[in-house]
Amino acid sequence: MMGRELKQPFKERRIFTERIVVAVGLVTLIFLLLLSRYFYLQVIKHDAYTLQAEQNRIKYSRIRPTRGLIFDRNGSLLAENITTYRLVVTPEKTKDLMTKLQSMRSIIGVDDEQVAQLEEQLKFNPVFKPLVIKAKLSEVEVAQFAVQQHRYPGFKMEPYLNRKYLYPIEFSHLLGYVGRISQAEYNRQDPEVYAADDYFGKSGIEKYYEHTLHGTPGSLVTEINAQGKQLSQTIHTPPSNGQNLTLTIDLSLQLAAYQAFGEETGAAIAVNPQSGEILAMVSKPGYDTNQFINGISQSNFNLLANSADKPLFDRSIKGGYEPGSTIKPYIALAGLYHRLITPQTTMVSNGYYQLPKQERRYHDWKQGGHGQVDVVESLAESVNVFFYDLAYRLGIDKIHDFLAPFKFGHLTGIDIAGEKRGILPSRAWKRANRDMIWFPGETVITGIGQGYFVITPVQMAQAVSVLASKGQITPLHLVQHEVTSNTLPFAISDAHWDTVHQGMTNVVNAINGTARSIRSEDYLIAGKSGTSQVFGKSEEDIYKKDEELPKHLRNHALFIAFAPAENPQIAVVVVAEHGASGTRAAAPIARQIIDAFMQKNRQEGTS
Amino acid sequence: MRRRFFTHMPDPLLLTLLLMVLAYGLVVLYSAGGQVLVERQAVRIALGLFGLYFITQIRPERFEQFTPLVYAGTVFLLVAVFFFGVTIKGAQRWLDLGISIQPSELCKISLPMMVAWIFRHAALPPRFKHLFAAAMVIGLCTGLIYKQPDLGTSILVAASGLFVIFLAGISWKFIFGAGLLTALSLPVLWQFLHDYQKQRVLMFLNPEADPLNHGWNIIQSKIAIGSGGFWGKGWTAGSQTQLDFLPEHSTDFILSVLSEEFGFIGVLALFLLYFLIIMRCFYIAQQAKNTYNRLLCGALTLIFFVYITINAGMISGVLPVVGVPLPLVSYGGTSVLTLLASFGIITSVHSHKKLIQQ
Repeated sequence: MMGRELKQPFKERRIFTERIVVAVGLVTLIFLLLLSRYFYLQVIKHDAYTLQAEQNRIKYSRIRPTRGLIFDRNGSLLAENITTYRLVVTPEKTKDLMTKLQSMRSIIGVDDEQVAQLEEQLKFNPVFKPLVIKAKLSEVEVAQFAVQQHRYPGFKMEPYLNRKYLYPIEFSHLLGYVGRISQAEYNRQDPEVYAADDYFGKSGIEKYYEHTLHGTPGSLVTEINAQGKQLSQTIHTPPSNGQNLTLTIDLSLQLAAYQAFGEETGAAIAVNPQSGEILAMVSKPGYDTNQFINGISQSNFNLLANSADKPLFDRSIKGGYEPGSTIKPYIALAGLYHRLITPQTTMVSNGYYQLPKQERRYHDWKQGGHGQVDVVESLAESVNVFFYDLAYRLGIDKIHDFLAPFKFGHLTGIDIAGEKRGILPSRAWKRANRDMIWFPGETVITGIGQGYFVITPVQMAQAVSVLASKGQITPLHLVQHEVTSNTLPFAISDAHWDTVHQGMTNVVNAINGTARSIRSEDYLIAGKSGTSQVFGKSEEDIYKKDEELPKHLRNHALFIAFAPAENPQIAVVVVAEHGASGTRAAAPIARQIIDAFMQKNRQEGTS
Repeated sequence: MRRRFFTHMPDPLLLTLLLMVLAYGLVVLYSAGGQVLVERQAVRIALGLFGLYFITQIRPERFEQFTPLVYAGTVFLLVAVFFFGVTIKGAQRWLDLGISIQPSELCKISLPMMVAWIFRHAALPPRFKHLFAAAMVIGLCTGLIYKQPDLGTSILVAASGLFVIFLAGISWKFIFGAGLLTALSLPVLWQFLHDYQKQRVLMFLNPEADPLNHGWNIIQSKIAIGSGGFWGKGWTAGSQTQLDFLPEHSTDFILSVLSEEFGFIGVLALFLLYFLIIMRCFYIAQQAKNTYNRLLCGALTLIFFVYITINAGMISGVLPVVGVPLPLVSYGGTSVLTLLASFGIITSVHSHKKLIQQ
């Protein structure tokens, strides 16, 4: 071990002095090099740069592309751009910015929250970069500020195009909305195309079709003279504006569908089963999307986010429900296809069903049962026992494989942002997600659409349009474009389709049909009601009326339908949340939507 | 005894030179950004000068004593940036503690302090043990700042630590060996750069390739400097500046404004003032009474010089754009406050040396 080496102050001072001398030499050398660089630019190349400075009269600036408009199928405007003014300030051009801002509050409405926000932004905003004080000034504010402008140097009003939705509530989830592009979104975009204060689609169609709607910017050349006076302004490259979108949606049907809900909440989708065009798609309640465009205030946002009926939630593509009895037509079809039943097969319903050697009873909705019924009657009266038995005989594998091509538990690929996948139960799904084997009892309840199912309204709409068109899988879409349809991977005979269609027609039109209350004299509606359980009930609660329960515990009401039954022009799905039974709450809404559609069709036919 | 605390006048020669540069800077700032910016900057300068005077009163032994604590605090803040930092333009550099602070700026003082502290009792030139400790201390700070990510500042911070090692008398063989190794590993380091950093280097190598976007700033800056000529276009008469062709003219590109309006003669005057400040500081360092004081003063002076070189080289197109302000002249609070604080340390060393000798 060596001890601490002795310090030698004089030697160390000498070493340091030596290094300082080297440093002085380096500093002197580099200063001389820098000076020679400046001498080169300023003296030797002076004339060349003087010439460049004089020719330096051209400035390039960006021309923002105009965002594409959105129309309904008949050319009615749904989303437009309005010229509005916003107030901006360049921090380096004003004194006492915050005091000025306070004194300005008498003419420009700015609340405390916004002032605090601005103060925060000001800390990081470069002094030469304009900052938006308030977007979307009212006419009164524009006029008042124009008069007072001389008192506020550095502040100015700037025209810009503000997005506006004409039916913000009814179209809130469908169109979605735009807002200022966020830092994270901006980083992922091409900086040649996007500016840091551009709009960016945040949800719905606006998000899905962002790149179609946005367009590409152009550039503007401004020529100025040596005194800075503007000589000319020419467009160097014109912007290519965003493309307009024409939706498959029918404005009047969309409004009718929203109104049909009355006080209820839920979702409704109406489609043309032949073309896959969505005619109406509603999630209720909606909310005012216009207040999001220039940034919603925290208090208003909290109001929406914490509201009990969840207006921000898009039920039509994200809401997950059990299909309930609306699954029965598909199960019937599977039974016919696999030759486990024929149109003539009958069985006796005496109120409940039991698996061999098991205690548990699976109930009919009607105490005492429905007696002897065939498949058409079982659909019309929604006989659970018939479908318990059929599902059990099919087995879960055949049920899963039959339902999958209808898109249950699969993304339909609809052209809107945020679609959820849901769950179509199978052995494989249960093993992967519950780590358990499949039990026969679970197959039984699958027959009436209960159990692990999580199905979205848009999946139900896709399935019912396949059902109505007798096996044509035409992708559902919201913006008009060519689509290619497929057929089901298995061939189902016309007789089998007709049997199921007859059953659904009888649901609405037969004397003991469950939805006879919505029967129309003018045309035949085919339909099927269903109930999506909100929570599992004990055995004695099975017959308890939903009206006796508080609203938020009541089951969801479902209805699927198409019309006219013999040549379907429209297919409809309605989910009325906590609406108790499908017949009572959801079916009348479906009837109103179909009525609105048929009425309009007839008018167009006669005119 | 209590009165003694406020009896140390900062070195009058150095103070005069600093005041001259600061005043010169405000004159240029008036032309670049107007009266509002001058008033705001004047307030910060006054604050910085008060700080300098205050620090002068502290005995250098106190700095030495508290060095590890100061360094640990800085590292703590750098780590805090990762968890609570505010992200601006994709990089987390700021910490919002009522006032916004950028801990990487503190490093430029606390890191040289720490390295000098490691060498304070060592026999010089330093042996491996102390060099290893110094390398760890430098690596920690540099790594944390590089991760923010802020390549420019991390290189400057590393340099501030390396200067101490250089001044401590590390052997020339070692210096040349390390230089050679760095040069050889440059192609490998290139792979670790972010896209925007590669972009900047490429743009520096050939600004004319992309005149509308990234090369624009440098081209306009060179036009401003070149058209200024020998005598300049006159105060507030630079067309490049006044017609807004020159970007960020009150902050990073303020020397372009000076070059355009005061010409080569104005640049020469500024560089002369800078040169005299550096020489005076070197003298103070050389006269200092112990290793710690010497190394710290020398390193702080060198880093001041590096700022000048990088900024002046950047705006005249001989170095890549790294966003370093021109010391004591560019608009902005953090830079001027940190610089005046480090000059405070130097004047403190000077004042207390005299007192002991008497």
